[in-house]
Amino acid sequence: MYVAVKGGERAIDNAHDWLAEERRGDASVPELDVAQIREQLSLAVNRVMAEGSLYDPDLAALAIKQARGDLIEAIFLIRAYRTTLPRIGHSRPVDTGAMACIRRISATFKDAPGGQVLGPTFDYTHRLLDFKLAAEGETPRAATGEGLASEMPRITDFLNREGLIQDEPPCDDTPPDMTRAPMEYPATRALRLQALTRGDEGFVLGMAYSTQRGYGRNHPFVGELRIGTVAVEMDIPELGFAIEIGEITLTECETVNQFMGSKTESPQFTRGYGLVFGQTERKAISMALVDRALRWDELGEDNEGAPAQDEEFVLSHADNIQATGFLEHIKLPHYVDFQSELELIRKVRAEAQEAARQEAAE
Amino acid sequence: MTAQDDQNEARKGWMSLLAKSPAQRLADLTGEITDWPGFEWLRPPEVGGVMVRGRTGGTGAPFNLGEMTVTRCALRLATGEVGHGYVQGRDKAHAERAALIDAMMQTERAEELRRAVLDPLETQLQAAKASRAARAAATKVDFFTMVRGED
Repeated sequence: MYVAVKGGERAIDNAHDWLAEERRGDASVPELDVAQIREQLSLAVNRVMAEGSLYDPDLAALAIKQARGDLIEAIFLIRAYRTTLPRIGHSRPVDTGAMACIRRISATFKDAPGGQVLGPTFDYTHRLLDFKLAAEGETPRAATGEGLASEMPRITDFLNREGLIQDEPPCDDTPPDMTRAPMEYPATRALRLQALTRGDEGFVLGMAYSTQRGYGRNHPFVGELRIGTVAVEMDIPELGFAIEIGEITLTECETVNQFMGSKTESPQFTRGYGLVFGQTERKAISMALVDRALRWDELGEDNEGAPAQDEEFVLSHADNIQATGFLEHIKLPHYVDFQSELELIRKVRAEAQEAARQEAAE
Repeated sequence: MTAQDDQNEARKGWMSLLAKSPAQRLADLTGEITDWPGFEWLRPPEVGGVMVRGRTGGTGAPFNLGEMTVTRCALRLATGEVGHGYVQGRDKAHAERAALIDAMMQTERAEELRRAVLDPLETQLQAAKASRAARAAATKVDFFTMVRGED
């Protein structure tokens, strides 16, 4: 017999106090401040902004501090805060072609106008632990140079001139917004891109990797990867014109994919697209691969039954806050549920034993 | 282009600059100004989110990328000019300063503010941009042609 109970308030309060003490750690070690996290753990901050779906480096840094460095917990805090914000409006689509790039590389064209600009990348580091960082050191200074091209044209534009790549014709349709309306399947590409850009980096990476290993293979090249700042413009109704309301860092990846043609399309290169808040290139490349895999239907490709081709599977499992919420709730009290399971199994067991005894007796 | 368009273009320029300026820098620059005009709020500062959009493939159909924090307000000077503040982030004092400057830029104090506030902000923004571009330029790859097989 289950009797309803309540309680645990004192235990919970004390657990919170202990959490705060553990968060601070050894008090003889100086406390981190939010600006230190924002400046020195900037890629963690970027990930929290991208998956929290809110561009605000100070808030993301605060969330990381509060979450003791648990990034999914930090993303949860940002998502919760985001829901309290009144929606002022939406921006004009950002012009990534006009990005002030700190990094811009192409794996397909060596001599791309504007050049191959490596930027602050881990790519050519040896992945050896640098023990100098464990000691207090001097502030490093980057080398400077001259002659960075003021314009970095899109790589896909070159292929486009010959008609060798599928076009992305501009349009001004109002995109669906998954933060305002429930997901609907089949989803439009705009909705898929929104879900992917805020999706869990590990999940999207795993899905992208599965396409490379043959589950929905689509032969991607990184046509272009660029990281830099863009201005965000918004129409201000009370003024009657648009102003820039800020500047954000974005990572954009365009893949160029082999495509041998189908019943409906002639042979040409096709594209996958990734665009993510912050300096987040692993995520942006992954997003582009998954975006391309999910386009099998519109391009008339075969559905191989690969997980990365199944948009409902991909989109409904990409969100780490939904996933962690449902997963972690099972550790909370389920005493009543379990009590009924217990009654059931006792009853079924007793019946089975009774049947066995009768069989033996006959 | 009409005179109104010119005015709007100029106003767009300073409002955009104020939106992108670091809050502390604007506070420092306006700290020197003591004779602020009186004003009434038309919309007290409020923090909100703006949904940032991108385009598929960079040029195609729009999609929702995620939100950014923005603080906005509107005020009217005793002399009648209306100022709007839209700034990135969650700093209400920053939005108030931006709106006040927007309103005062429509008065005879425009030149004074341009010299004392807007020009230094612009200089700093350009310097930061140039410094990033110089670092990027130093990481641009020079390819050397190796000995080729067909010669």
